[in-house]
Amino acid sequence: MGLVSRGMAAAGLGTAPAVVRPGPPDAVPNPTPNPPPEGAAPGSSRVPSMVLKAFFPTCCASADSGLLVGRWVPEQSSAVVLAVVHFPFIPIQVKELLAQVQQASRIGLAVLGTWCHHRQEPEESLGHFLEGLGTIFSHEPWLQLCRERGSKFWSCKATHWQVPISPGAPGEDQVMLIFYDQRKVLLSQLHPPAALPDHQAGDATASAGGLAAVFDTVARSEALFRSDRFDEGLVRLSHWQSEGVEASILVELAKRASGPVCLLLAYLLSLISAASTCWVFKLWPLSFIWSKLSTCEQLRHRLEQLTFIFSTQKAENTSQLMRKANMLVSVLLDVALGFALLSWLHGKDRIGQLADALVPVADRVAEELQHLLQWLMGAPAGLKMNRALDQVLGRFFLYHIHLWISYIHLMSPFIERILWHMGLSACLGLTVALSILSDIIALLTFHIYCFYVYGARLYCLKICGLSSLWRLFRGKKWNVLRQRVDSCSYDLDQLFIGTLLFTVLVFLLPTTALYYLVFTLLRLLVVTVQGLIHLLVDLINSLPLYALGLRLCRPYRLSAGVKFQVLEHEAGRPLRLLMQINPLPYNRVVHTYRLPSCGCHPKHSWSSLCRKLFFGELIYPWRQRGDKQD
Amino acid sequence: MEDELSFSDIYGGRLALQRRYYSPSCREFCLSCPRLSLRSLTAVTCTVWLAAYGLFTLCENSMILSAAIFITLLGLLGYLHFVKIDQETLLIIDSLGIQMTSSYASGKESTTFIEMGKVKDVIINEAIYMQKVIYYLCILLNDPVEPHGISQVVPVFQSAKPRLDCLIEVYRSCQEILAHRKATPTSS
Repeated sequence: MGLVSRGMAAAGLGTAPAVVRPGPPDAVPNPTPNPPPEGAAPGSSRVPSMVLKAFFPTCCASADSGLLVGRWVPEQSSAVVLAVVHFPFIPIQVKELLAQVQQASRIGLAVLGTWCHHRQEPEESLGHFLEGLGTIFSHEPWLQLCRERGSKFWSCKATHWQVPISPGAPGEDQVMLIFYDQRKVLLSQLHPPAALPDHQAGDATASAGGLAAVFDTVARSEALFRSDRFDEGLVRLSHWQSEGVEASILVELAKRASGPVCLLLAYLLSLISAASTCWVFKLWPLSFIWSKLSTCEQLRHRLEQLTFIFSTQKAENTSQLMRKANMLVSVLLDVALGFALLSWLHGKDRIGQLADALVPVADRVAEELQHLLQWLMGAPAGLKMNRALDQVLGRFFLYHIHLWISYIHLMSPFIERILWHMGLSACLGLTVALSILSDIIALLTFHIYCFYVYGARLYCLKICGLSSLWRLFRGKKWNVLRQRVDSCSYDLDQLFIGTLLFTVLVFLLPTTALYYLVFTLLRLLVVTVQGLIHLLVDLINSLPLYALGLRLCRPYRLSAGVKFQVLEHEAGRPLRLLMQINPLPYNRVVHTYRLPSCGCHPKHSWSSLCRKLFFGELIYPWRQRGDKQD
Repeated sequence: MEDELSFSDIYGGRLALQRRYYSPSCREFCLSCPRLSLRSLTAVTCTVWLAAYGLFTLCENSMILSAAIFITLLGLLGYLHFVKIDQETLLIIDSLGIQMTSSYASGKESTTFIEMGKVKDVIINEAIYMQKVIYYLCILLNDPVEPHGISQVVPVFQSAKPRLDCLIEVYRSCQEILAHRKATPTSS
């Protein structure tokens, strides 16, 4: 407190020494600070200004006395201290340094005040000297921070040189000291709250709410932190890197190497993508097959990602950089898992065992299907079906299965070799291997798909016929031009034939519906298995692993905001707060940095799925061209 | 300056409200709920284990017993880490913002800080909760697009659910600080 009281005595003021009034809460119904009673002219009430907030880096707390360099944010009345300039210095050099940094960072830096650290007993002359500095570096308001030996509490004073009401008498403000960790604030990336709309979130740094301005200031004044105390500079600074600039040899090497590596890989990738766009692959049947195979979709997706990662232009902003890093980690993990699978598959002849197991399984499935059909051809679950139609449908499907089994047996000698080659593709990544597995399942259950399509088509035909004949039954018809149901007068024979057909269809419906139901359930089973595989692939594709790792190991790098902790407080001294980084919760990390997935799978809502099933429309595991995307 | 008052929550349970006045511009309110009682913990554990033992005598499969132990342990861990909130703190600092902290029984803390520029007001609101009408304190946030609109309502003391008398205490103190903010012309 020594310096403050002395400083005020030197200035010849009679202002109240305790700026921060601690008073009991009940006694202070209106917490606005009283205006300085003596200094101000009688009767004139100064409007209570905002509490002055001094953001002070914790690394400077043990620095020697000197000048506070930083930025003054007038709209929030906050002073962001960035560094301390030590004695001795030449004022003109300090101003030059600030001008240089200002040019590099495009923010207004200034000398904000003085910093006084009493290691020994306070010398009388220093107080006056610091007081005098205020006239050299004129700043409004002029901060005077002082730390005494053996005391945890600091004194802080902000002096206004020009007070509109009473010129000549410097006014004072309430001051609040907020400590921050400069390194963490510099490295952290502030994520605006999710409540903000997107267009607002985009320019959050530009519009700069109170704390975003602080983060922005620290992040942009990196030029100030480049010099450490081993430099032969003229001005000695104290900041987070003043004990030595942080750098890593590995990072520097990686930075040097990344340029040529990216160039080479980008060239290779462009060759691959040129080959894939060759006209041979665009002929009709091939292009159709490519679009339906999930392996091709996955490969295309990976190729796009790799071209994005190794594109030679620099990432524009941090979000793009994070996306690149996330993609790279995702690809690397994918390939690593793929190699693990490869080594597992090719060790101990597992491919052979798998191939030996595959044919019996396919046989078994076909056999089970035959049993099911024979059950359906009798009286399934005690239902009495139309015998003739039942027999026709059953025989048709049985013949189909017979064809399928002979096809499988024709294939069986080659299956091992095919599997061996497909196993090699696991070195492209686990996702590719999984996609191939999904395609194999689709090919092996092709008969189920066929049955489903036949059943669905028959069922759909019956449902359509029944609905139009039901309209005829009621004396109505569907008007195609107006897209509505009109009334219509039918002839007697028309009505007779229509009613007869209606009756026939109604009595045949249960048989078809039963076949449709059974095969739809089988089809849904296959689609579910494929869907689970695709879910796994999508998970590997879209999980932002780099961001998650960053959140786990360096929680301050991704910040959702800040949190404050009130430090020990003594009456009459400024309030001291510790500002800490509030890390982003994991679910928001995933939500913010999720990579776009393949996007080739349809997204049915449950109601539309049920509707489609009821009316016998086909359900595809891929997205149809006419589908509207929800 | 610190004092402690005793209130009750909407179910009649005891709540302790600690008020800390650091300075005229900075206040903290800390609501502590009662800790996890040994009686309820014992009751739940005994129920699960007795049910598991009953199933074991029926099926004679010892997997059920080990599953019951794991379920109790995991359930307790999850409850302490994600559900049970021991203390809720509201820190209001003039011209800086409002900070809400909830400390879980396991020691996890989740903090939300709202800058003063975004705070429109602090109010007490009524809500229908189950079969009764309760009061809660909430913070209204400014809509960045529309100057007079409200973009979001953030409830405070969500898990403690104190009664109106406790809320009024907190509300008055908050309003004192907010009134100071409104008196300053420079505040945005």
